[in-house]
Amino acid sequence: MPTFNLKINNETHTVEADMDTPLLWVLRDQIDLVGTKFGCGIGQCGACTVHVDGNAMRSCLLQVSQAEGMNITTIEGLSEDGTHPVQEAWKEIDVPQCGYCQSGQIMTASAFLSKNPNPSDSQIRNAMHGNICRCASYNSIEEAVKVAADKLS
Amino acid sequence: MTPSKTMTFSRRSFLKSSALASGGILIGFNLFNACKPDAKVPVDISQLNFNDFNAFIKISDEGKVTIFSPNPEIGQGVKTSMPMLIAEELDVAWDDVYVEQGVLDTNNYTRQVAGGSQSIRFSWEPLRQTGATAKQMLVNAAAAKWGVDASECTAKLGVITNANGDTLGYGDVVKDAAGMEVPENVSLKDPKDFTIIGKATGNVDIDKIITGKPLFGLDYKEEGMVYASVLRPPAFGQVLDTFDASAAKALPGVIDVIVIGEKARKFLDKGFISWTSVISGTDKVVVVAKTTWDAIKGKKAIKATWKNDTPLESTENHDKILFDLLDGDKFDTQRSDGDVKKAFAQADKVIERTYEAPFLPHNCMEPMNFFANVTPEKVHLVGPIQTPEETAKVAAALLDRELEDIEVEMTRMGGGFGRRLYCDFVIEAAEISNAINKPVKMISTREDDMGTGVYRPSTKYRIAASIKDGKLTGYHLKEACVNGNMYGLIPNFFPAAAVENYKVDTTNYKSNITTGAWRAPYTNFLASAEQTFFDELAEEMGVDRIQLHLDLLENVKNNPDPKIEYSPERLQGVIKLAVEKSNWGKSEAGVYQGFSVYYCHNSHVAEVADIVMDNGTPTVKKVTCVVDCGIVVNPMGALNQVKGGVIDGIGHTMYSDFGFNNGIPLSKNFDTYQLIRMGQTPKVDVHFIENELAPTGLGEPTLPPVGAAVANAIYKATGKRLTKQPYMSNMNVGEKVIG
Repeated sequence: MPTFNLKINNETHTVEADMDTPLLWVLRDQIDLVGTKFGCGIGQCGACTVHVDGNAMRSCLLQVSQAEGMNITTIEGLSEDGTHPVQEAWKEIDVPQCGYCQSGQIMTASAFLSKNPNPSDSQIRNAMHGNICRCASYNSIEEAVKVAADKLS
Repeated sequence: MTPSKTMTFSRRSFLKSSALASGGILIGFNLFNACKPDAKVPVDISQLNFNDFNAFIKISDEGKVTIFSPNPEIGQGVKTSMPMLIAEELDVAWDDVYVEQGVLDTNNYTRQVAGGSQSIRFSWEPLRQTGATAKQMLVNAAAAKWGVDASECTAKLGVITNANGDTLGYGDVVKDAAGMEVPENVSLKDPKDFTIIGKATGNVDIDKIITGKPLFGLDYKEEGMVYASVLRPPAFGQVLDTFDASAAKALPGVIDVIVIGEKARKFLDKGFISWTSVISGTDKVVVVAKTTWDAIKGKKAIKATWKNDTPLESTENHDKILFDLLDGDKFDTQRSDGDVKKAFAQADKVIERTYEAPFLPHNCMEPMNFFANVTPEKVHLVGPIQTPEETAKVAAALLDRELEDIEVEMTRMGGGFGRRLYCDFVIEAAEISNAINKPVKMISTREDDMGTGVYRPSTKYRIAASIKDGKLTGYHLKEACVNGNMYGLIPNFFPAAAVENYKVDTTNYKSNITTGAWRAPYTNFLASAEQTFFDELAEEMGVDRIQLHLDLLENVKNNPDPKIEYSPERLQGVIKLAVEKSNWGKSEAGVYQGFSVYYCHNSHVAEVADIVMDNGTPTVKKVTCVVDCGIVVNPMGALNQVKGGVIDGIGHTMYSDFGFNNGIPLSKNFDTYQLIRMGQTPKVDVHFIENELAPTGLGEPTLPPVGAAVANAIYKATGKRLTKQPYMSNMNVGEKVIG
């Protein structure tokens, strides 16, 4: 099996995997970074969202062979101690219900706000439209993104 | 009404304490069967012994409190709200309280509990009693130390004070308290004095969730664990015929390919074991692999053929069958008052409408999965399941083991919605581990999860009402449903007791498609049907829609009936506040309002939906939701529940469509199945009725009414009465949406 060097949360990990293995499963099963969640496997739900060179990407669609050489950030590496403004906003608003989709929501929101720190309401709704929350915590997610934007600006 | 008065329990039998070697005191108590969906109150706690304890309070020498709660978290906030009840009566600062998931050990603690809408309702008294008793033990210990009477001492925020003004912290007296007798007859706080209950309190797992710590079943790992993916029949009605695993076995990550099913068949031959065991008796091909991806890839490489075991069913047939049942005369009568037939014969006008709803998958964001390690010594099962006790029973029967051998641990659950009441996936994991003699994690893909589910059954309601001299004189509801029918007191929900001639009839068709509980079972669609019907009925009668309800509820006040659970006063209360808060009837131009009110899961809810039309497509802009659920234990969690229920309800009544073609589910993933997303989401404006009544359910009751509020608003905008869900696929009120 081929070997890949992955730069994840500023650390290099060497993993053996089939070339077509989605980054999601390498993170979860081999590197023990289980904060990135499996929801659909086809890039529809956003639970597996990570940052690749600062952009939000679906780790279920990114093959491990494509991920080499890129700067990958997962929820575990978003901040050292859970104090990224988006994480703080999520805590302040108490967004999660079951909580399963929330790391993906946070990763989408943080990548979006890093590019657009002063978004309009409709920009927020568009940016978060790709992430499903089955508990439907959407009102709280929307509010938390606004709170995070205030913290960032 | 259920007043929040104290019930009398013998505390000696349900609480015990012991000193800890590491310092501090450990108080064991029981969270009862109380939180089971089928629990009855009051639970006979006098029958419990120490082995029945399944939850603990630890108070350290420093006075820090840890509450070990075995209650699993599905997302409805009970892991936070239930410990709040204990902490309130124990009288400690919430900041000094830690909540930990209790270790679950079926050998010693057989009464494990799982949350649901009824958790808070059933635990309200017992958990407060527990906290109050623990506090009294500490006070008694302090009084003994001072040589004064305990009645002269008070305790507040972890500090005990005597008449002289001397103080001792809880931590100072824990050692003494551990040796003391458990006091009887403690008193509970007056709700006016609550400092924790009623205060917005954040989710106790929040830090772990926002930093991605392992919490869920899918995150659980053990040394030497392998992964398994199960190939199940693609269509309901089919069983495995032949398979070729050579390509799968050639993959480097695949360890083995096995077949399971024999144990499940033997289990089924034993007859009924548990309502949770929706197990199929077909052979299934299992790919065992080093990683999840290897297992998924291996499964794709299996070449299998299937044969028809029972007829393959389609939505088209179901529709015809259910209509034929409604047209027929074979019904079970669930409630009958007066003479509906006579009322209809004498009426000036009779209106009749039929309402339709599809099957629905649960689609928990965390797909079904479970860890199993079957060894000669014990059977260790870990993962997201709401019914651990039933699951242990089923696992014991399946594997022919003693119940004492089975240990079920619950993890946090990535959603439930009813799906995790059923243990089919746990049983598969157990059969796999038993076959391969290894610890294994069985993981479903989304396609497995949506395509081999336990669905909300497809249902049709036909409702007829008679009008005489401008009054509603008769009401007849018929239910035709796949596999089951409304149960319990549902036939006695509003408008039972409000209409003189009233009848509820049910009938069903037995299908080979697996069905079961789905968030707010039956009422999730029944409320839509009835409250859409009432809107049209009021129009036909030429009366105000709100006034019609208020008047009918007046009738109920004069018609006492032990089977009527709902309170006409509380329903009137939510209606009036919803009218006020929503600006009912005064909406701005272009905004159309729809009203709905419903009672279920012991809570009373009224909702008003505001919609606008964008290029002929309705969008819900706002929902005003008024809830009477008694005392709101945790307003922060309660708001989440209410808003989530409303938006979930809108999603499933407007967008989510599902069905079968020759036994094959029409959708298996989110590219063809629509769950509501941010852009379709209204603002939910929530108002709670303030009272001091005992708390009732919140996880379910805000969902059922919203479908009708939306349908009634769309009627005002378009003139179309919506009778078939999901509205966007069936009612020609805009484009069907995916994504």
